[in-house]
Amino acid sequence: MTAIPLPASIDATTELLRRGGYVPDRALSTALYLALAMGRPLFLEGEAGVGKTEIAKVLAATLQRDLIRLQCYEGLDVAAAVYEWNYPRQIMAIRLAEAAGQGAAAADIYTAQYLIKRPLLQALESHASGPPVLLIDELDRTDEPFEAFLLEVLSDFQVTIPELGTVKAAAPPIVVITSNRTREIHDALKRRCLYHWVDYPGAERERAILAAKAPGVGARLGAQVVHFVQMLRGLELFKPPGIAETIDWAMALKALDARELDPGTVDATLGVVLKYQDDIARVRGAVAAEGVVKAKQAAG
Amino acid sequence: MSATGALPVNLMHFARILRRAGLPIGPGKVVAALNALPLIDLACRDDVYWALHALFVEKHAHSELFRLAFDNFWRAPDAAGAGGVIDQRKKRHGEHEPRALPRRLAEAMAGLETGMTAEHVPEPEAVASWSATERLRRQDFETMTAAEMAEAKRLMAGLRLPIPRVVTRRSAPAAAGPRIDMRATLRASLATGDVLQLKRRARTRRHPPLVVLCDISGSMAAYARMLLHFLHAITNDRDRVHVFLFGTRLTNVTRELAHRDPDVALARVGRTVQDWSGGTRIGAALGQFNRLWSRRVLGQGAVVLLITDGLDRDGGEGLGHEAQRLQRSCRRLIWLNPLLRYAGFVPKSAGIRALLPHVDEFRPVHNLDSLAALIAALSEVTAARREFAAVAA
Repeated sequence: MTAIPLPASIDATTELLRRGGYVPDRALSTALYLALAMGRPLFLEGEAGVGKTEIAKVLAATLQRDLIRLQCYEGLDVAAAVYEWNYPRQIMAIRLAEAAGQGAAAADIYTAQYLIKRPLLQALESHASGPPVLLIDELDRTDEPFEAFLLEVLSDFQVTIPELGTVKAAAPPIVVITSNRTREIHDALKRRCLYHWVDYPGAERERAILAAKAPGVGARLGAQVVHFVQMLRGLELFKPPGIAETIDWAMALKALDARELDPGTVDATLGVVLKYQDDIARVRGAVAAEGVVKAKQAAG
Repeated sequence: MSATGALPVNLMHFARILRRAGLPIGPGKVVAALNALPLIDLACRDDVYWALHALFVEKHAHSELFRLAFDNFWRAPDAAGAGGVIDQRKKRHGEHEPRALPRRLAEAMAGLETGMTAEHVPEPEAVASWSATERLRRQDFETMTAAEMAEAKRLMAGLRLPIPRVVTRRSAPAAAGPRIDMRATLRASLATGDVLQLKRRARTRRHPPLVVLCDISGSMAAYARMLLHFLHAITNDRDRVHVFLFGTRLTNVTRELAHRDPDVALARVGRTVQDWSGGTRIGAALGQFNRLWSRRVLGQGAVVLLITDGLDRDGGEGLGHEAQRLQRSCRRLIWLNPLLRYAGFVPKSAGIRALLPHVDEFRPVHNLDSLAALIAALSEVTAARREFAAVAA
């Protein structure tokens, strides 16, 4: 099976993402196209719920590549991210060598058959459907030592296993790194990547996203939801709602058989959009009622 | 072959100046320089400059100091005693305006002129050195003396913030650790043969991230230089430190303070911050921090150190609410208040009363006139939160 070729232009990249149900803006398409064309990792930063992880998933689906996901967390180490030796089998090998009268030293326990491959090493292997998409998700959750380790992987697409040697990728994987910016990522790592800040979308694009992601929601309700959420983002809340919240809310209203926004339903379902009590207390009541009127006007 | 004539003496004096200004230059380096100089064209000032730079400078932060010392020394041979061999009054980097020497360099050179030794460098008065005439909206700070720098370094080593180091999810080899390190065990077994000797690991500990919010309004002006020296020292002393200054607005100065040379760092901060010695809007500043920065820098269990006298131009408006949000977002909120003159303090100002219920720890400082007092205040054994909450009520 031959791999689906990478998009050859910015427009082709936009088209590719749209086919996967993702509505990108021009800036994202450009960054992604360049990352694919130059073989560089794409570093996506943005607030939670703006669709960073989704980009990698859609990319893997539309290009029909394997998606290898490394979810980062504090304390993530080489044993969990790259490789681990299979200790029980190693001990067994030593035991067998002893039983055969050869002595423990005769057993070579550092060969590929005792190696357990974790995501990063898997991503460097050759895959039938072409180089895989490697998603390093929420890199900001891990700590600086792991970031430092990633430098070798991301610049040379190779990892060094002391007992075995250096493993180098035949064809470099497509790397997408996401960060929620709960911590600044070191400049040395960013330098190796193309950077894109995933922002909240404008009203028009958000309607298109909603139409693609929540098809059952009526156009009228969808437009009102989008305008209301856009209004919320202008309020300087502690946590403005992301696109994920917009989609969730539209689905919630649909489940309640709402055809239009009305203050009562909005107050009752605010918890789908806003996740901090301060924010909810501020919006509930007068602000929400006024927002509903405005959203109806704007949606026409 | 090594250099002859006046050059060895000059070189020795030059090395001495640099050493006194804080560069680590031993006799070995001077000997190496003496051996190196005959290899290059002494008539070419640039060649000499870069040759000595390569030998004497080990850190980028020392480059600027070296440049100033070089330009001054090889232009003023009188100060060096014997006549200078390389005396071409060509100005090095044309773009640099002639500027005053940093105090530690000026002292180092002055000491040479009068034959003073390093031990007799007069110690300047730290508090009085802050100049009130030089600020409009931006701030110039007097540069630090070599003695001050050494003292700051010594004091910082004694700093114990009232925050225990936290257990991380990483581990390191430890003789009696709770976990078994299979990888090390198996590797060791290859050497020893038949018996598996268990190797162990234990969780490591590290400082939690530290976020400092420091008030630089008019009422805090007298402490500005000292506080910034403290902030510079702590930024360079440990990792994961973020520093914000606020008066009427909030400025992140972490990058500016990260420069290892305190004089350069403070000059950059002075240029960056726009609201020196104005009013304070603590509530607005904390609100801005909560919205724009808290998620970026308070992850991973950060401790917040709030340095302010609590005198708020807005009369504490919105302060309680924002302080509460801040306290909920961080591991621990420590308030250092330098305004308190006596122990029987009763909070009267609206800002102080709004802030007090929401801090985890309250550190009053009765006499914040030096880095030593500041560090002592921060290192004191903790007062429990409830005790001063009762005072506030």
